[in-house]
Amino acid sequence: MPWQTREFVQAFRLRIEGLRNRLTNNPLAVAGFLIVGLLCLVALSAPWLAPYDPQAIDTWHILESPSRAHLLGTDPLGRDCLSRLIYGARISLLVGIVAVGIATVIGTILGALAGFYGKWIDGLIMRFVDIILCFPTIFLIMAVIAFLEPSILNIMAVIGFTSWMGVARLVRAEFLSLRQRDFVLAARISGASNARIAFSHILPNAVAPILVATTLGVGGAILTESALSFLGIGVQPPTPSWGNMLTEGKDNLEIAWWLSMFPGLAILVTVLGYNLLGEGLRDALDPKIRD
Amino acid sequence: MALFLYLIKKILTLGPTFLGITLISFMVMHLAPGEPMSLQADFNPKMTPEMRERLRAQYGLDRPLHIQYLQWLKGLAVLDLGRSFSPDRRPVWDKIKERLPVTLLINVLAIGLILVVAVPLGVAAAVRHNSFFDQVTTVLVFIAYAAPAFWVALLLMLYLGVHLGWLPISGLHSLMGYEQMSGWEKLLDWCRHLILPVLVSALGGLAGLSRYTRSSMLEVLRQDYVTTARAKGLPERKVIYRHALRNALLPLITILGLSIPGLIGGSVIFESIFAIPGVGQLMWTSVMARDYPLLMGNLVIVSVLTLLGNQLADMGYALADPRIRTGVQVED
Repeated sequence: MPWQTREFVQAFRLRIEGLRNRLTNNPLAVAGFLIVGLLCLVALSAPWLAPYDPQAIDTWHILESPSRAHLLGTDPLGRDCLSRLIYGARISLLVGIVAVGIATVIGTILGALAGFYGKWIDGLIMRFVDIILCFPTIFLIMAVIAFLEPSILNIMAVIGFTSWMGVARLVRAEFLSLRQRDFVLAARISGASNARIAFSHILPNAVAPILVATTLGVGGAILTESALSFLGIGVQPPTPSWGNMLTEGKDNLEIAWWLSMFPGLAILVTVLGYNLLGEGLRDALDPKIRD
Repeated sequence: MALFLYLIKKILTLGPTFLGITLISFMVMHLAPGEPMSLQADFNPKMTPEMRERLRAQYGLDRPLHIQYLQWLKGLAVLDLGRSFSPDRRPVWDKIKERLPVTLLINVLAIGLILVVAVPLGVAAAVRHNSFFDQVTTVLVFIAYAAPAFWVALLLMLYLGVHLGWLPISGLHSLMGYEQMSGWEKLLDWCRHLILPVLVSALGGLAGLSRYTRSSMLEVLRQDYVTTARAKGLPERKVIYRHALRNALLPLITILGLSIPGLIGGSVIFESIFAIPGVGQLMWTSVMARDYPLLMGNLVIVSVLTLLGNQLADMGYALADPRIRTGVQVED
């Protein structure tokens, strides 16, 4: 039925247009979008942007304050801070996005199961969520990391596995309110399987809040990664990460302020970007605020 | 009566959650790849297979998992969490016990600071909705929320500690001359050392709570009864503080309860930065040393504390909300 498809595409385009308009009318959201976009660009083009090799040790130029040769100064091994900062963007974004991806998948599946089946399955999963929420996340992460090699892969997995609870609650709530709707009944009558109803009928309606939670989650995951790396149990040197660069800043606090200043500023701006974008998306997608 | 029943119901759910916490802590430790024992043994060249077996037996690691769990749970009931792997081999609970007060003190002070600053800030921003003041605080709150706490700590240390030399930047009290101080001087010394840690640990929660206060207040100010109160000719102060704020504060109790894990988790970071001998620093050293009984004890104690904090917040909510207090069902 081609006319239906056309109508659907048109409606979809209208929604996207409406969303774009509401987003571009919000200066904070635009700022967030620009920051995130720019950072992704920097991360992708790191080899061309970085003036030096981020790992190149230069014992003749250690702990130099910012100058024209080294715009952000050098660290205790004479490595160029700007280059390390640019390469650090790759690590932070990678860890943030992959960790949140893991969390979103786990949270969506568990939340969908709980909301779709209800009853004891719901009770069991939600109780589990409550219990995990009692652990201060960083303690739980540290307990797990103590037994693992602190590789980037493990960090991403551990952050992902300890931050899915919010998404699970959200998806469950959406499923609870959507499963009573007529379109679900219609799908059921037409013989669709449970999995099909859950994932291709209900889930698409819950995409908006998941998207908001995911965007906000990336900021949180980047903060967690940097804190872990700062404590020496995250991304390990010599791989540059904003968190472990700050450890060097702390060790040289009295003599080299630039080591503490710029990596933290980079984290701040990145997290700010994701938070602004997330909040902007929420406002743009929320039907209550829309009217 | 209704309140009593509500509290009983709350307390009854505490048990299963507590068991869940212990079970997950236990599983995290035991299902992780690499046995805790081997971490110690692998680096010891004199370790023979027999000695390794004996060591395993000594820690009960040769028994089936569920037996180990029950054994550990039995110990937990009398706060016997085993002995630390560190050379002093002291009981884990003793180590945690002596560090708990410091962490709790800083967290309580931080919560106090958050309440005292965030609520008035949020109310002021909501009352002057969309004004210059509102916009400035919104931007500041966004920045404070995105700033990594340990970085802010470094900057404050750099500026107030190193550059201006106003505040001490590490430890709980001065190392030189502390013994000779009088009681008041000691107290003052403590306070000076606590300013930066409390400030840093309050920052994230402060930003979050003031934002929640603002939106909660905005919501309440739109309600009909606020219009009614204004129409009666009540002074604006009374409308805001008597009528609106009381209802706006209700959801904040829950938010505050939910922020407890984050606050306690933050202890790891600021205690390691400011060299404060609290539970967070203990956790960090136990991770670094792979001191597995200490690690497990820490995890459980901290989570149980969080659970209790959440319960307190829940009860506070029940006490504050007349719908729960009296058991009268109100249609929304």
